[in-house]
Amino acid sequence: MPAALSLATLAGPGPNPIDDLRQMLALHFMVNAFRAGTIVAVLAAVVGWTMVLRRQSFVGHTLAVVSFPGAAAAIWLGVSATAGYFAGSIAAALIIALVPRSPAGRPGSQESAVIGTVQAFALACGALFISLYGGFLDGITGLLFGSFLGVSDDQVVVLGVVALVVLAAMGALGRPLRFATVDGDVAAARGVPVRLLSVAFLVLLGCTAAEVSQITGALLVFALLVMPAAAAQQLTARPILGLGLAMGFGLFVVWAALSFAFYSPWPVGFFVTTFGFALYLGAAGFRWAAARWPRGIREADNRIRARSDELGAAVGA
Amino acid sequence: MTTGTFFVLAHPFLRSAFGVGTAVALAAGLIGSFIVLRGQVFAGDALSHVAFTGALAALAFGVDLRLGLYGGCIAFALLLAVLGGRSGADDTVIGSVFAWVLGLGALFLSVFTASSSGIGEAGGTAGVNVLFGSILGLSGSQAWGDVLVSLAVVVAVVAMARPLLFASLDPAVAASRGVPVRLLSLGFFVALGLTAGVATQAVGALLLLGLLAAPAGAAQRLTARPLRALWLSSAIAVGSMWAGLTLAYLFPVMPPSFGILGVATGTYLAAIAWTRSVRRHRQRTSHPMGIPVPVEMSRAH
Repeated sequence: MPAALSLATLAGPGPNPIDDLRQMLALHFMVNAFRAGTIVAVLAAVVGWTMVLRRQSFVGHTLAVVSFPGAAAAIWLGVSATAGYFAGSIAAALIIALVPRSPAGRPGSQESAVIGTVQAFALACGALFISLYGGFLDGITGLLFGSFLGVSDDQVVVLGVVALVVLAAMGALGRPLRFATVDGDVAAARGVPVRLLSVAFLVLLGCTAAEVSQITGALLVFALLVMPAAAAQQLTARPILGLGLAMGFGLFVVWAALSFAFYSPWPVGFFVTTFGFALYLGAAGFRWAAARWPRGIREADNRIRARSDELGAAVGA
Repeated sequence: MTTGTFFVLAHPFLRSAFGVGTAVALAAGLIGSFIVLRGQVFAGDALSHVAFTGALAALAFGVDLRLGLYGGCIAFALLLAVLGGRSGADDTVIGSVFAWVLGLGALFLSVFTASSSGIGEAGGTAGVNVLFGSILGLSGSQAWGDVLVSLAVVVAVVAMARPLLFASLDPAVAASRGVPVRLLSLGFFVALGLTAGVATQAVGALLLLGLLAAPAGAAQRLTARPLRALWLSSAIAVGSMWAGLTLAYLFPVMPPSFGILGVATGTYLAAIAWTRSVRRHRQRTSHPMGIPVPVEMSRAH
């Protein structure tokens, strides 16, 4: 925290944005924050896009929440917090994969009760680990709502390597996974291992949630994991274009949020969620307007065509 | 054991914690039952976010914390009631809105931490208290206020239990029989908002969902009868509260919220394991032919 205080006095946004950028990137920890943010934004866009398509955003949120006790336990045990984030999320992904889909004869509400309980219990475990560690009050808000001050070189390397592995796996699984998502029954009938794919995707999602948590905090993963992807899906249904858009949105959100957080006393989590949400609202608004706007033109077009058909018929007769 | 319990109650702060805890758990158990029954667990999740942001907004603007807490929860509960309360919207939209609300809460937390009243340790503690509860730190007058609110919720829910059950299980038939479904839903959501406000002070905004969902989920595992599940859920919640507080007293390093949630979660797990083994046993013994019961008939929905 003292770093942030001295920064506020040292650096203020000047009239020249290039100078501001240079000033910001002269600090090593900001360079690391941008590196980590970029890696995470790209990974989150790819995995998040598939996740939104599979309607698993609640699961993604749960996996991220569970990374909090993981990181807290790692800090308590004196291990690196990064390892804790991954351990928590991947363990939770495996547990969720093990739990069978709601057993026959039970309405789905039981399932949501289970997820809610798991989330609350995970957070309670985090509180326990923090208490065992003893006095870590600034850190707890960092873990929950994100912080970018302490990204180390090693952490950037780990984030990059894990992101590459996950992206490669997503590339390999992409097509069958999309088939299984769009029409599970048909895919299963064609011999696609639907259940195995969903387990694999959960593990990949766990890795991604752990990565995103390290930038946005465990509670605000929606900002990078869901909002850019959801905004992209508002605008296009095409996979390649959608993935590209989601990546662009994610990068914009991270870069803008880091820059604003650097020059203001407010937390990065606030900026990440606000920019992400604004993008999502903008995309939804654009889609709404686009659906409305050409309708008049299309109707006029149809009317003209009908009229010319009529005339043609009259001439023909 | 009796001397142990007596010893626990000898401390005034533990006495008020047990008093408030019991009342909150009663209310949360009842309300949670309806939430799970109506498939509205997401509403509890939503309220936990709003509770956090409301409380910290009040602190940031220098108002009493409870004003923001109750104000936010009740206003949001009314909004849910007006919108129908079913998770009709995509969970992507809902989740995005909540994430943004939490982001706002983080903003208020940092505004409060930077303000004169919240500088240093006080700011950090306030944030952590709202997130994870502070049942051992309630003052006497606060405790009485919380007990009264919780008991009012309990009385209101008990008074409307039967029609509310009817309206929750089959709203269309209930409406045709002249049950005021919309009014009941409104009352239910206001009670939910009040419970969220009280429970936030006891177990914290982040863990509120667990106190609502775990006892109710366990109760509905153990019995198919809705009314019995209602009481069982309350009993489990109160039992978790007592056991959790006692554990937190015996092991001071353990936050009380963890004790309470731990016991509630353990009960839920035990209920799942028990019903599963009973079902398996029953399948083996009473169905030698292995004739499956039609799904539609066994559903309580």
